[in-house]
Amino acid sequence: MRAAVVVFPGSNCDHDTYYVLKDLLGIETDLLWYRETNLERYDLIVLPGGFSYGDYLRAGAIARFAPVVQALPEYIERGRGIVLGICNGFQILTEAGLLPGALTKNISQRFICKTVKLRVENNATPLTHLFRYGEIIELPIAHGEGRYIAPRETLERLKRNRQILLTYYEENPNGSVENIAAITDETGTVFGMMPHPERNSERLFGTGDGLRLFQGVMQGPAGTPLP
Amino acid sequence: MSRLELALQHGLSQREYETICASLQREPNELELGLFSLNWSEHCSYKSSKRFLKLLPTAGKRVLQGPGENAGVLELENDWCVAFKVESHNHPSAVEPFNGAATGVGGIIRDILSMGARPIALLDSLRFGDLTPQPPSRRGKGECLTPPRFGEGPGERSRQLFTGVVAGISHYGNCVGVPTVGGDVSFDDAYTDNCLVNVMCVGLLKRSQLKRAIAHGVGNKILLVGARTGRDGIHGATFASEDLVGETEAKRPNVQVGDPFTAKSLIEATLEVCQFPELIGLQDLGAGGLSTAPAEMAARGNVGIAIDIEEIPLRDPTMTPYEILLSESQERMVLCVKAGSEQKFLQIYRKWGLEATVIGEVIAERVYRIRHESRTIAEVPISLLVGGVPEPDLSPIPSPKEGGESPLPLREGGTGVRWGGAGGEVGGKNGRSWREALKQLLHSPTIGSKRWVYEQYDHTVQTNTVIGPGAHDAALLRVKGERFGIAVTMGGNGRYCQIDPYEGGARAVCEAVHNLLSVGAEPIGITDCLNFANPTDPEVLWSFEQTIRGMADAARALELPFVSGNVSFYNQSETRKIYPTPIVGMVGLLKDIELRVPMGFQGEGDLIYLIGKLSGKVGGSEYLKVFYGDIGGELERTDLELERQLVTVMLALAERRLLHSAHDVSEGGLLVALAEKSFARGLGARLELDDLSEEYLFGEWPSRFVVTVAPEREDALKELLDEAGVPYQRVGIVAGDALELGGDGVSVTELRRAYETALEL
Repeated sequence: MRAAVVVFPGSNCDHDTYYVLKDLLGIETDLLWYRETNLERYDLIVLPGGFSYGDYLRAGAIARFAPVVQALPEYIERGRGIVLGICNGFQILTEAGLLPGALTKNISQRFICKTVKLRVENNATPLTHLFRYGEIIELPIAHGEGRYIAPRETLERLKRNRQILLTYYEENPNGSVENIAAITDETGTVFGMMPHPERNSERLFGTGDGLRLFQGVMQGPAGTPLP
Repeated sequence: MSRLELALQHGLSQREYETICASLQREPNELELGLFSLNWSEHCSYKSSKRFLKLLPTAGKRVLQGPGENAGVLELENDWCVAFKVESHNHPSAVEPFNGAATGVGGIIRDILSMGARPIALLDSLRFGDLTPQPPSRRGKGECLTPPRFGEGPGERSRQLFTGVVAGISHYGNCVGVPTVGGDVSFDDAYTDNCLVNVMCVGLLKRSQLKRAIAHGVGNKILLVGARTGRDGIHGATFASEDLVGETEAKRPNVQVGDPFTAKSLIEATLEVCQFPELIGLQDLGAGGLSTAPAEMAARGNVGIAIDIEEIPLRDPTMTPYEILLSESQERMVLCVKAGSEQKFLQIYRKWGLEATVIGEVIAERVYRIRHESRTIAEVPISLLVGGVPEPDLSPIPSPKEGGESPLPLREGGTGVRWGGAGGEVGGKNGRSWREALKQLLHSPTIGSKRWVYEQYDHTVQTNTVIGPGAHDAALLRVKGERFGIAVTMGGNGRYCQIDPYEGGARAVCEAVHNLLSVGAEPIGITDCLNFANPTDPEVLWSFEQTIRGMADAARALELPFVSGNVSFYNQSETRKIYPTPIVGMVGLLKDIELRVPMGFQGEGDLIYLIGKLSGKVGGSEYLKVFYGDIGGELERTDLELERQLVTVMLALAERRLLHSAHDVSEGGLLVALAEKSFARGLGARLELDDLSEEYLFGEWPSRFVVTVAPEREDALKELLDEAGVPYQRVGIVAGDALELGGDGVSVTELRRAYETALEL
């Protein structure tokens, strides 16, 4: 398996994510400069957290025009591999129209950084299959624009197709509709999540729940290892 | 206008102007005056403070770089080193809190970067006026006060400054990807007109990566990289070297505007070029911009520098050479690189979408020469520009006799009681129970939870934060792939210094030491920011000297070097001076991160011990301020011998894993410390205290820790303390979900509610 962590100017979780994939899990991983468009070699492409292009205008609004993001639709269409957007990466994927809905300013109007509880709503995806359905896990969040919103029809579709993967549990920190924290697209290969799994991938930082998410991708949907 | 008048308008004194004319043997032109006004400003030259700063110890076995560079550097383990420094951004923040604070963060990050280090943590010490100052009518003499409920009363300006500063730090620090892991915030009327924003940055580097801000080698190139130069921040350093008087709105253009996105790219690009052997030196363009940084680099290398002003990329092509040189536009750095290698440097910066231009070269004549289209438009000797400023003729007032009263004014309208003798027993004549007093204290903004603040800061990015803000006395960072950890802390109490600046200085150092010891880390070095009012006031200068002497004596006793620092004077308005406020930033080394000690109670049945100085006075406490409106009383002098013993014994206790938890007793006193220990797991305690006096429960005398130990390890703990000759006393046992004392109790939930809601804006 080979993974890429995309580096936009302003990404700031690129090294953290790379560390988990490369150093903790031993996956062959590249830091991929945003101008790259050849994604053929990669089984997993992570759009990491941060403030790509300073989040000027709107979080993700400029990064969606980056060459690497422009190359994603073809990659997805061909079912070549998995795309995971974390935090800013999620924002970029919604801005690019590769995931439904939008991420808007937190309802408090303030940036918020804390560890939150999440409920696993669908464990039949490559990302979540190592969790139990309904399991409560802990991951840190750190964002100013993480309030997920979508039109009613979209929400209905998300629910019907079981595209909602994680929801905030007990406390909704940003005002997201339906407590949505992570979703996938209709192909089940594009994932977006506001919480940071890379920040809780070691017991040193708490439960270490984040690691299982990356391990899940590594092992493939039904436990079959990806090439 | 005469040239002299122009010089005075630039903030230079007549004597300084005469020194310049005598040295140049001519009158300086306007551009040169601009250069001198910034290089000779208090902010850049330390002209009033340097003779006192010499009192601070700077040597130590781990010191790789002491004061004089952009940051100090200490050796850790396995070739790893830590670079750190604190910097103030008080004046800009008082005028434009959001951008003032944001650019304060940016400036100190680039200082760390200039050492070749990756910035890994930020801490902030913030001081504001009371958010709800007590109405004067309720400050009757000798009368016991009921603190106003939160949300009542004025304090609107302080509130705006507070929310603006926190938003600015959040905006910049979060975007630039450096976690904000600690610091402190407190509130007092003294900071109403001049808030304090001190930011500390910590960086990590390998020994071989160490860089300096130096230029040498005639013909080598000077590069300007980062953002374009604009009109913002012109005369920022001069502005920071004056009292904040009159229409501060008019000073807005003196405040720079930060761009954390560009800063983040600048960090990554600069760390890339730090790998190039052709890099000779680099420096941040901070206070003074291009008027100071190249000159300082040349001074360190004993060379001169010539700059071609037309090469500098501008935001506005109509800018004059004067504006260009004096601009303090953010996110810029100057590099000195080997001639012929410039292209590979330019390429890296351009890859990151940044400006990068060759703007000049190293010359043999030791002058700073500004050229415009090959014509020299300013030229001054480096030795005169950097360090040539005459020391102003200032002297502190003579010190009062030993035991005499501090000459600094204490708060008017307090109780007037010199709190020396036995106070009332809590629950006694003043009718207040210890429960209520404790709740009120926990609810005071200075002591209460700062969650509202630190949740706005990204403190987990970079995935090294093992102990983050609000969880302990100090923050703890791991280093990927290593056993050891780096503990960091920052703080200082101005109220103590107002009462007794010498003791306040000593306590600032000792408390930082305690914070690191609580985590289990060995303190290894200090950075400081000295925030004071106008130094031409002999009283202020006296408090400055006393504070430094207190800090120096404590640091010497504990063998801790000062490796970097900053002085911020002129923190006063027409009506108000800040307290003398030394902020101490300290770094500690924890040999094995698995040996870290938590702060909170860990399990029922653990025994609670008080270690250190077992009795003392209530003077200077938050308790006196909250309940009596009193800034005063007697501060006992710290016993530095006991402090030495505490360092040894606390490290030994941590190393032998005898401590289940540790917390230093500071603001709020013993009961507040115990309450804070109860919050982590909601565990209460049965306290066995004989003394229920206000002094004992709420006094803030120094040199104390509250620790817990498993019952089966109690003997080992006592043995070690006996051997060390450190006093100790068992004060209770961890039990239940309430704090119980003298047949009375209060639930942890209730205390936590008071604590957590202290700062709800």
